[in-house]
Amino acid sequence: MAGAHRHLLLHTDSPLHRIAPEAKIVGTFLFAVGVALTPRRAVWAFAIDAVVVLSLLAIAGYRPRQALTRFAAVLPFVAFAVFIPFIAGGDKTDLFGLSLSTEGLWASWNVIAKSVLGTGASLILAGTTPISEVVRGLGRLRMPPIVVSIVAFMFRYLDLIVEEMGRMRVAMTARGHDPRWLWQAKPIASAAGAMFVRSYERGERVHSAMLARGFSGTMPQMEHEPASPTDWARSLTPPVVSISLALVALIIL
Amino acid sequence: MHSTANSLTVTDLSFAYPNGHEVLDGLSLSVHSGERVALLGPNGAGKTTFALHLNGVLELQRGSINVNDIPLNEENLGEIRRRVGMVFQNADDQLFMPSVREDVAFGPANLGLDKAQQAERVAEALAAVDASDFAERTPHHLSGGEKRRVAIATVLAMHPDLLVLDEPTSGLDPAGRRELTNLLKSLPLTQLIITHDLPLALELCPRSVIISGGRVVADGPTEELLSDTQLLAQHRLELPYGFSPVVAGPAT
Repeated sequence: MAGAHRHLLLHTDSPLHRIAPEAKIVGTFLFAVGVALTPRRAVWAFAIDAVVVLSLLAIAGYRPRQALTRFAAVLPFVAFAVFIPFIAGGDKTDLFGLSLSTEGLWASWNVIAKSVLGTGASLILAGTTPISEVVRGLGRLRMPPIVVSIVAFMFRYLDLIVEEMGRMRVAMTARGHDPRWLWQAKPIASAAGAMFVRSYERGERVHSAMLARGFSGTMPQMEHEPASPTDWARSLTPPVVSISLALVALIIL
Repeated sequence: MHSTANSLTVTDLSFAYPNGHEVLDGLSLSVHSGERVALLGPNGAGKTTFALHLNGVLELQRGSINVNDIPLNEENLGEIRRRVGMVFQNADDQLFMPSVREDVAFGPANLGLDKAQQAERVAEALAAVDASDFAERTPHHLSGGEKRRVAIATVLAMHPDLLVLDEPTSGLDPAGRRELTNLLKSLPLTQLIITHDLPLALELCPRSVIISGGRVVADGPTEELLSDTQLLAQHRLELPYGFSPVVAGPAT
């Protein structure tokens, strides 16, 4: 888990890496909206969406194995969907010798197809955009500066705090701490308390360092090249596809 | 090379924390323009508290501070913070932006410089510390020595008159320490180096000041102070085993 976000970025240089972050964020979000709006029986629409996601994953530079491992992140979320056909009522369909609820099968398909496509879209964003760029993109999309600063600081210090926690755990283990039962959790609670105090004090020191460089209460706006029309056009193509498919499917089904 | 103008004049500075603990007790010190001075003292002598006063992070309780002839007060706070570049002991506290480039641009942006000027300052400061290649990297992923150099760049970008470094060599390996001393030697700026690394003081600073109990207890040529074993022992300062200031020779 430690610093997982740092490994999400693909260290390749694809055309997708070069698109301005705010365009990619909007594109990813709208693509997911399009997928979510698609009626579940429009299997062909999902198939086309899947082709879009797979091609973009390939362009981003994902190796198939790597992409599959990352898709595993979706498993906990779809796990329950697997059970729907067994517990839902209504008409039954025979599948692999099991009698399953037809309605349940569709519901299950709906959850799985949509979450896998959504995950694919986020993997494209995460694989081609460093966290710092994502934060910058959010700022450009007019997210309140204070929220952007909080997110930026969180990512800046998350690794540090996780590492510190790890060192504390090693130090506890080195002195024979091996918690197996709930009532042995006290040292972990104390460590968490100590982490809180340390992080708070670090916050104060960081604030001093900011004051020392002329910080006056608002984060300065760092100027960057805004997204070009080409960036927008490229980023909005996938959502145009997914939303059009959703609309067509809604009309004809 | 030294002009006679004072870069920094501190007069009768006293400071007590809200719990009544008195850390600085009538500290007076002046540093000439272009000078490199070591501020030595044991842990708890008030070195860091003193440093935090130099650009107004801690509020003046008693005494006065002048930087290039302007007094530290509410009105001059912004200008003092530009003039005094503080390099903090822990580089992770100093580097808080998502990328090195943005971190170095933070000070110039606060000074109200435009985009082009900011970029120019960033390029120049990173080049000065030989860190131009790190511009796009995340500060967290740099090595200790690299972080320290970038931390120095973040204040160089503000064009300070005086560089204050708090324990610049702590946590560095010998090669990192060597690179840092070479870097500090190469910077043509007035420098106040707070440290208990006595060989560092000898190598970099012709003059040293020992503070203990919140006041200056000795001020003189570094080689002389470091040869006075009794003085050092009195103030919990120690040379590394086998180190002789006479053999090592004074700062050049």
